[in-house]
Amino acid sequence: MDQILGNISLLIQFPVVNINIVLQGVLIGAIFVLAAYGLALVWGVMNVKNLAQGDFVIAGGYASWWFNTNLGLPALLGIPLAFAILWGIGWVIYKLVIRRVIERDLFTSLLATFGVGIVMAQSMNLLFSADTQSLRLDYDSLDFFDNLVNLPIAKLVGAITAVSLAIAVIVFMKRSRMGQAIRATAQDARAARVMGIDTEKVYAFTFSLNAAICGAAGAIIVLVWEIQPFFGMGYSIRSFVIVTAAGLGNLPGVIAAGFGIGILEQFGAHIFGISYQQAIAVLLLLMVLIYRLAQQRRNRQVLQ
Amino acid sequence: MNKTLLYIALLIISIALPFVFPNYTISLTAMWLLIIVSLTWDMTGGQMGYNSLGNIFFYGTGMYVAAITGISMVYDVGQYTSAAGGGINNFTATQYFSGLGIGAVAAGIFCAISAVILGYLLFGLRGPYFAIGTLGVAIAAGELVSNWEWVGGGQGVSLPVYPGDLDEGKFFFYYLFCTLGIATFIFLKWLYSTRFGAAINAIRDDEEKAEAMGIHTLRYKLVTWSIAAFIVGLAGAFSGYQLIQFEPLETAYQTINLGIFMVVCVLLGGKGTLWGPVIGAILFHVLKEVTWTYFLGWQWVALGALIVVTVVYFQDGLMGWLKHVRPEWFGERVEQKPGSKPSSASQAEAAQ
Amino acid sequence: MSKPIIEVTGVSKSYGGVHANKDVSLKVADGGITGLIGPNGSGKTTLFNSIVGYHPIDCGSVKFQGKEISKLQVPQIARLGLLRTFQQTRIYGEMNCVENMLISIPHRKMSYKDMFKHNSKIDYEKADRLLDFVGLYEKRYLRAGSLSFGQQKLLEFAMALTNEPTVLMLDEPTAGINPTLINGLIDRLQLANSEFGITLFIIEHNMRVIMNMADHIYCLAHGEMLASGPPSEIQNDQRVIDAYLGAH
Repeated sequence: MDQILGNISLLIQFPVVNINIVLQGVLIGAIFVLAAYGLALVWGVMNVKNLAQGDFVIAGGYASWWFNTNLGLPALLGIPLAFAILWGIGWVIYKLVIRRVIERDLFTSLLATFGVGIVMAQSMNLLFSADTQSLRLDYDSLDFFDNLVNLPIAKLVGAITAVSLAIAVIVFMKRSRMGQAIRATAQDARAARVMGIDTEKVYAFTFSLNAAICGAAGAIIVLVWEIQPFFGMGYSIRSFVIVTAAGLGNLPGVIAAGFGIGILEQFGAHIFGISYQQAIAVLLLLMVLIYRLAQQRRNRQVLQ
Repeated sequence: MNKTLLYIALLIISIALPFVFPNYTISLTAMWLLIIVSLTWDMTGGQMGYNSLGNIFFYGTGMYVAAITGISMVYDVGQYTSAAGGGINNFTATQYFSGLGIGAVAAGIFCAISAVILGYLLFGLRGPYFAIGTLGVAIAAGELVSNWEWVGGGQGVSLPVYPGDLDEGKFFFYYLFCTLGIATFIFLKWLYSTRFGAAINAIRDDEEKAEAMGIHTLRYKLVTWSIAAFIVGLAGAFSGYQLIQFEPLETAYQTINLGIFMVVCVLLGGKGTLWGPVIGAILFHVLKEVTWTYFLGWQWVALGALIVVTVVYFQDGLMGWLKHVRPEWFGERVEQKPGSKPSSASQAEAAQ
Repeated sequence: MSKPIIEVTGVSKSYGGVHANKDVSLKVADGGITGLIGPNGSGKTTLFNSIVGYHPIDCGSVKFQGKEISKLQVPQIARLGLLRTFQQTRIYGEMNCVENMLISIPHRKMSYKDMFKHNSKIDYEKADRLLDFVGLYEKRYLRAGSLSFGQQKLLEFAMALTNEPTVLMLDEPTAGINPTLINGLIDRLQLANSEFGITLFIIEHNMRVIMNMADHIYCLAHGEMLASGPPSEIQNDQRVIDAYLGAH
């Protein structure tokens, strides 16, 4: 308790520390936005709630890490490689599992993807061991305010990559024919089918794209933080927090919520200690759910 | 009458099992645990349509509450856990059994009350949101408990060993779980035959309709979940004493092990039936033991794949499949009103 | 007109920019049969939903037996004895008809102890009697979901009767029902009103049905109350005819 109060008073005494925390939060928030955007995409288009989201992220991280350590490829090249590999994995998982749960009730897809998540996490555990792994970019860090605020260039590179990837995907969804088909299917799959859109192809594409986005996010994570086979669940939970808080089909909301969660988590970790990080993410989820529930109750509605 | 014979036979088998297979007593005990948690998961998941992924919360909480209650009757908890059971776990037989008994009751009551509180917060959530919300509760509880030094933190808690012969202890826990399992089964068989069972089925089939008909939906949901929580809490309490040493994330709040197994068992056997969860649990337990033996190292991957296959390809389960091929076994029939010709309504329908 | 049992005063409800109901007022007479008509999209079902509490209303008041109910939740309103059926019929598809009936026994007086009781013989007899009343006796052990749409509609009506409501609000009771069955349904509705003393408030598109049954009819158009009066008056009201023929 004293320690918590001490940490809070530190924030008040040295306001610059706040800047540092916010900065770290924004950097990690960019990654959360990517994973959450993928989840929102799959959720909106095919009504599948993917609990393996975080495991895709971690798989992307391992793909990038493996190429770097085993083949000596440059670390930054890992990002497009992870994107491509996870695209393939996503496609296979779609064909084997997701295709058969789209039409079913939502709990089915939730449980099926939970199972997929377990298979992925356990396979990675066997293939790469349970140790944490990371790649280090040998960049300096920028320091401000007498070293109270420091901004590692590696993290900056990661955040910029994440943002550019997000922009690329958004432009793709707005401009390309496939993007149009995806948005049409999201609105009304049956109508899209009648109009000659191959919804099966759209679904496969969307799910693969989601996996690929997560993979790229994972490849960025391995550059600036670290990965471990069982870290996936945390990223899945965070994606759910963000999408639930933002509401479906609300892209600015997803971005705002993503950065918000990143910042809140950093503050939480600073105040309560790093070991509470996972708990904070989950408690945020519960708070968001309960808040949304209270909101709906006022409208005599339920959250479904 | 045949049914009575069947039940008697099953009862005899349940009692005789540890004598016939004394080497498998621990595994058989685990099977009963699986039956208990599956039956109670089906109360909300199968009968009421609320798929919880967080029932493991009550298992872990029951385990902790019982252990802490039992210890606090003899020692100072903070002192005991900081030593991690190193040396100061001297319990007399009386202390042991009264700790287990009172601890289990405390665990059950604590879990039932927390189910009511959580239910107030979460039962407005429908479908997948409820599943995610309850999963969140279980994960959060595990994380918070593992940071709570007073109850042993990430190290967990060590409990005293069964005061007596090792084999006797195994038998003791087998019959403890066996009794709880049979009691749960009989209780649910009665509960589902009352108005209560019909009401929670109505909530499952169409909650909005049930509300429009004036059913106290929230009251039913809270009572159902708290009964389930009470039973799971007891099971958790017994498990803690059986395991002797348990820690928060892997044993107590084991979200991805037992927490998900219970769901798969119910799906395998058939949701919303009384026998489904029992059959599913037995089947799953056998499958699990086989994968553990033959898929060295890869057993977890095999088990995850089993979950996916069950969910995707075999979701109606064994009983669901039976209901589909043999609807008359489940009481579906056309019955004429005694001494009357078919009414105009059915004639008109037939003419269509 | 005897004293009103439902009193709607100045209720408005809009979705986004669309005014589904604009300053609607009406009274449902106790013990009578009141009709609500109007072209498609005129806000009839929205008004029903406002009364039974499916969504908050923007302004106005809804009174049932003199008590304000516009802030209550759906089950609370239902337990007061104000029941509705759905346009898209809703029954419990996985249960058989008898179970559907048994679950519909009035829950308003139920204590915690009653929740755990078995259904009494009287409950079973009542279920059988009412299923016979709507002509579903032979099918009573079939899964309700396997019945035809018309039969489900009849089942839903029987379930509503089991619940012993004070007022029953029916959303298009004859839509989708075989024409040969409609006369039978009208008889049963009238019997429910005269024998069981249930006040009926009915949305209906079939003019022949509603003009024969109702004592008083309200007509909505574009979310506003257009006309009201006894059937003979409504039938000859030029505004109502125009609204239906789209002469607006």
